[in-house]
Amino acid sequence: MGRYVVRRLLQMIPVFVGATLLIFLMVNVMGDPIAGLCGDRECDPATAAQLRREFGLDKPVWQQYLTYMGNVFTGDFGTAFNGQPVTELMGTAFPVTVRLTIVAIVAEVVIGITLGVVTGLRRGRPVDTSVLVLTLVVISVPTFVTGLLLQLLLGVKWEWIRPSVSPEAPFDELIVPGLVLASVSLAYVTRLTRTSIAENRRSDYVRTAIAKGLPRHRVITRHLLRNSLIPVVTFIGTDIGALMGGAIVTERIFNIHGVGYQLYQGILRQNTQTVVGFVTVLVLVFLVANLLVDLLYAVLDPRIRYA
Amino acid sequence: MRAATHAVRAACAAAATLAVTACGGGGGAGGDRGAVLSSSWGDPQNPLEPANTNEVQGGKVLDMIFRGLKKYDPDTGEARDMLAERIETTDSRNFTITVKDGWTFSNGEKVTAQSFVDAWNYGASLRNNQRNAYFFGYIDGYDKVHPADGSKQSADTLSGLKVTGPLTFTVKLNQKFSSFPETLGYNAFAPLPRAFFDDHDAWLKKPVGNGPYMVENYTRGSQMSLRKWEEYPGPDKAQNGGVDLKVYTDPNTAYTDLMAGNLDLTDDVPAAQLKNVKSDLGDRYINTPAGILQTLAFPYYDERWNKEGSEKVRKGLSMAIDREQITNTIFQKTRTPATDWTSPVLGKDGGFKEGLCGEACEYRPDEAKKLIQEGGGLPGGQIKITYNADTGSHKQWVDAVCNSINNALDNDRACVGNPVGTFADFRNQITGKKMSGPFRAGWQMDYPLIQNFLQPLYYTGGSSNDGKWSNQEFDDLVDKANAETDPAEAVRTFQQAEEVVRDHMAAIPLWYQNGSAGYSDRLSGVKLNPFSVPVYNEIKVG
Repeated sequence: MGRYVVRRLLQMIPVFVGATLLIFLMVNVMGDPIAGLCGDRECDPATAAQLRREFGLDKPVWQQYLTYMGNVFTGDFGTAFNGQPVTELMGTAFPVTVRLTIVAIVAEVVIGITLGVVTGLRRGRPVDTSVLVLTLVVISVPTFVTGLLLQLLLGVKWEWIRPSVSPEAPFDELIVPGLVLASVSLAYVTRLTRTSIAENRRSDYVRTAIAKGLPRHRVITRHLLRNSLIPVVTFIGTDIGALMGGAIVTERIFNIHGVGYQLYQGILRQNTQTVVGFVTVLVLVFLVANLLVDLLYAVLDPRIRYA
Repeated sequence: MRAATHAVRAACAAAATLAVTACGGGGGAGGDRGAVLSSSWGDPQNPLEPANTNEVQGGKVLDMIFRGLKKYDPDTGEARDMLAERIETTDSRNFTITVKDGWTFSNGEKVTAQSFVDAWNYGASLRNNQRNAYFFGYIDGYDKVHPADGSKQSADTLSGLKVTGPLTFTVKLNQKFSSFPETLGYNAFAPLPRAFFDDHDAWLKKPVGNGPYMVENYTRGSQMSLRKWEEYPGPDKAQNGGVDLKVYTDPNTAYTDLMAGNLDLTDDVPAAQLKNVKSDLGDRYINTPAGILQTLAFPYYDERWNKEGSEKVRKGLSMAIDREQITNTIFQKTRTPATDWTSPVLGKDGGFKEGLCGEACEYRPDEAKKLIQEGGGLPGGQIKITYNADTGSHKQWVDAVCNSINNALDNDRACVGNPVGTFADFRNQITGKKMSGPFRAGWQMDYPLIQNFLQPLYYTGGSSNDGKWSNQEFDDLVDKANAETDPAEAVRTFQQAEEVVRDHMAAIPLWYQNGSAGYSDRLSGVKLNPFSVPVYNEIKVG
């Protein structure tokens, strides 16, 4: 187990370097960001040159990348164009997005798996059919439609919530945005769980458990659900990274100043430091989440062992 | 938050049924002077220093926390003395400026002549990377503190600035510039307290100025709370208790928040909402002219656009654009068809001359076709209008302009839009002289002077002369106008220069842009100044 973890951690290094390099190059391809800093007029050449020097943009790309990576290992993610250190931006953005992601993941797990179990056990019954249709609707409607619709109905028409989230973004204000963000994944989780449960219901170990005379709830939770969760856990694990980085649409609609907002602004202003910094952290989150998922397999299914 | 406001509303409603009492505190006919309003905001692009802020969002804040020598009247745009006691000159080149006594910064420090000179030296110095440094370019010694080639500066301070007393200083310009005093209302010329230089980082976290508001709290990227400065010595004291500026990523969300009563004022009504705005807000929607002109510029470094007869092509293109229809349908009348190269906010005396463009700015498809043929046809048989696609929904109007041109010329392929992904890349292609046809050019005035609409844009080597247009006659007239001591005569000379622009159709004027804003029923006295920034200090709450 320990050796497996070490091996996986070592594998992360090339993935990490490759991913950051790719992002670095992509942002660089977009061109010189300094020109966009002076509004609809030409930056005076002297100031532009000075700014370029200050942000290290006058050096060749490979050198910029090496300097950047060197700084990252000492915890310095550079400075955004508005003079703010990127670490400071991260300090304000990540807690907000983490809270949003937690709301989304909790919704996925609680609602998604419950619905999945219920429908999986009652395959073909009216409950199953109606949930199936519902998930189909949720999957086919884009997030921004769901988001704007809920915002308009709950925020403006019925006044149950504030249409926008305050800068502090406490948990209670993030419930609706979190649900919107989770909606599509939630539908997938429901469907995955349902299929998995329905399939495993007929397996030998479940029949044995029932034959042993175990109570129904124990059969379902200990034996059936635990084994059925593997594909679901895989999905949710990868979804963590996707939710954190992909919240751009939801964050825009509800005016949440999280990672999506910083990334959007960073791309618009071609701020290499911000974009690469945030994506680097997201890559790390993604890698760690994947590792945790793999380790969880062994917990869920005793047949899986890591050497 | 939400629950609390609801409770208050419920309580107010209950109170109202029992007895007629004003709710929300103070009350009274003049509104509640202690009440705070909330307003939409965007994250300023650059650090919030006066000489480093060149966009509206940062400008909003500076407008509230700083007062300069002059201030532009929010209604007429006229430059009025604010901190200036007198600005005297005999030759339009050497100015003696006397600062009014009794002004202080909100931290108690006195505003002196030194506060101005220090601030201007800071703004001009290359070392400080100030985006607006070129505003100090008229002052003698600028080439020493800000060498154009980016080499090491050989001086730290402008030799043209001299403090001659606690409240007086002199300015020597490197050329005659009669309207120099009128430019001094621009934010870049604001005074700065010692705190700015002594502890710069702390100042940036919580800026200190001498305006009617002071910054109480600033969370970068999300919110700034400004409160009324009770001891403000100026005549334009704040009529409300303060302003909370909230950053919105999407103007649509700000609009939704306004509808839901969570926001009091948004000055960026999204294009998609313009259709509903009348029914949603009624007379709580304002739409007033701002000092913004949209034009199509041409690449004069490309010889196909700079040859004999190509002015006829440009004029023809101008006449092929149905401005009236585009402003009515696409912009819902938030823009007005342009008939000159300035802006209505200048007023007649300031140099705005309606109809100066004449028939060249009218929609005449038949003549357009003829003119373009006489001029040798479109270069390459087709023009591409380049614009940036990331902000400002430019695609819609560029497509409409092309449509109009195509219809006028009976040619489906005469004009197409050429989108560029990001604004920075768009600017890069322009400064790299990579334009092959007309491109979007927007001009937001820095100060309400006709000079500002002409010199930076069309003067040889001008700071925003993106098309690199160059004309001796125009340059001479601008020089002459700048040297003119009589303001009315100067304006007339500038208008002659503008006629040169017209005769060569150096750029096609499209429309004057309006500023628009919507506000909640709690507010009254809301208006926008000529820079399309809300005049916060005059807003009454309650």
